[in-house]
Amino acid sequence: MSAVIERRAEGPTLRQRLAARGLDGATLLVLPCVALILGLFIYPFLYGLVLSFEPKDGSLFGNYVRFFSEPFLYGTIVKTLRLAFPVTLLNLLIAIPIAFRVRLLRRQRLLTTLLVLPITLGTVLVAEGMLFYFGPQGWFNRALMAVGLLSTPVSVLNGYWGVFISLVLTGFPFTFLLTLSYVTGIDPSLENAAATLGAGPAARFREIFLPLLVPGLAITFCLSFVQAYSVLPSAVLVGDPANATRVISIAAYQAAFEEYDYSMASAIAMIMGAVQLLVVVAALGCRSLFYRGPAAGAKG
Amino acid sequence: MQKSVMSRLWVFAVWAVIGLFLVNLMGLIASVVTSSVATRWLGTWLPAGFTTRWYFAAWDEFQLDDVLWVTFQAVGAVVVLSGLLGVPAAYALARREFPAKRAVMLLLLLPLLVPPITYGIPLATVLYKAGLGGTLTGVILANLVPTVPFVVLVMIPFIEQIDPRTEAAARVFGANIFQMFVHVLVPMLMPGVLAALLLVLVRTIGMFELTFLVSGPGSQTLVVALYYAVFASGVRAVQSIDAMAVLYMATTLVWLIIALRFVNPTQIVGRGKRSVT
Repeated sequence: MSAVIERRAEGPTLRQRLAARGLDGATLLVLPCVALILGLFIYPFLYGLVLSFEPKDGSLFGNYVRFFSEPFLYGTIVKTLRLAFPVTLLNLLIAIPIAFRVRLLRRQRLLTTLLVLPITLGTVLVAEGMLFYFGPQGWFNRALMAVGLLSTPVSVLNGYWGVFISLVLTGFPFTFLLTLSYVTGIDPSLENAAATLGAGPAARFREIFLPLLVPGLAITFCLSFVQAYSVLPSAVLVGDPANATRVISIAAYQAAFEEYDYSMASAIAMIMGAVQLLVVVAALGCRSLFYRGPAAGAKG
Repeated sequence: MQKSVMSRLWVFAVWAVIGLFLVNLMGLIASVVTSSVATRWLGTWLPAGFTTRWYFAAWDEFQLDDVLWVTFQAVGAVVVLSGLLGVPAAYALARREFPAKRAVMLLLLLPLLVPPITYGIPLATVLYKAGLGGTLTGVILANLVPTVPFVVLVMIPFIEQIDPRTEAAARVFGANIFQMFVHVLVPMLMPGVLAALLLVLVRTIGMFELTFLVSGPGSQTLVVALYYAVFASGVRAVQSIDAMAVLYMATTLVWLIIALRFVNPTQIVGRGKRSVT
């Protein structure tokens, strides 16, 4: 009993002082989750980074020198970007007008549900279906020939356009749903106010929506870009994995699981991460050139 | 409001693009389904006849009973573990202000921002070094990396909606933190937990890259088995690959339809960002 009184006299206990700073039993619940990410994400990443500087030939930068001296390897960066950039931009450009149209609909659920389909089916299934649907005897070519738009079947498979189409099919829904959630987040009274003041549709878009949307669009661009950037299944299945669509993830995969050179594979993965990071930073940097502020009306 | 010709044309163009996209998407899915029940389909609009034997052929050829069992185990473990790890962490992040909170949030965002194939290769290397590569445990561990942060980010807004006085009342009446979780928080959070876990389920069934990099012969999930079947096609009848694709589609669709009863579709891609209404 006297011990308790003595402690009180000293002031708050360690436990109480920690609790005052927000550290108590409940806070500890975050630890298992943090441990998991540290162990399975941060540690492998650092391990890979260290491993990439320990190439087979013993020099420090051997892998990186090799990557940037062999056209077969450094060319993959250009090939990846040449696919990922146009696909992401095209998806974003189609998604914006459609999101503005769908925003006005009462029943969005059916359409959005249909659009979620390709996301959950994934790239493997879409690629599998494309082999059939876009094939020389597939329904796509048949229909176009039946209405007289084509005289001979057009071949999109096993090349750049096959991967392009598969990325649009799987990537567009993702871009669209993100864009839609940003577009619906803008207070409609802002548009009404502009319309009352005599702004036409084009002016309303340019003066009201675009500035408010830019931050969201930058994030949408980044997330869609990340999706398009790591094409592996479609580049192999409907592309030309030895040549035109030899993207960087194929190079990394081959180094790891065909040459069993984990050091080189880690180096390629690090380069891949760095390139992606550069694009994301650039996209978010552009964002800061535009208006930042609330997208809701000033008063309730 | 009077509409000009230009704006009518614009509306028409927008709908045409939506239509074109949906027609091609549906055509693609329908051609897989049609092919899977076709006897012989060469150079015609529709196959010569219909049969279900490819499903039996695919079931035997690809050992789908094994693959489905592996998929079930892997997905089940990932869903349960990400719930057990993610929900308590989300609680701590939603309710407490502590010094390293911003760092923890950033740490949880990273696995969602980096493409799986980028961190999958170093992760697979580490797992192979640890002797877990090619095993079911390895597949489960790898899949937890994106799902746990996903659960945390989806759950934080749900927990913030609950009045903190409810928990305070439970604590006043002598419940410890575990009892409070089981008897107070989990029942109230059930809709949110279900939504988050169903999304984890759908994402894990479809997660190709990580499983592909980590799995071995005995630990392939359905989507990886499908990839290998398409990759090495030519040996097998196209129809049996299509039959497998339809089975894969069916497993995802069932769960997706259940998931959509609980969540708004934008949440699947919004990555926990609360959709603003």
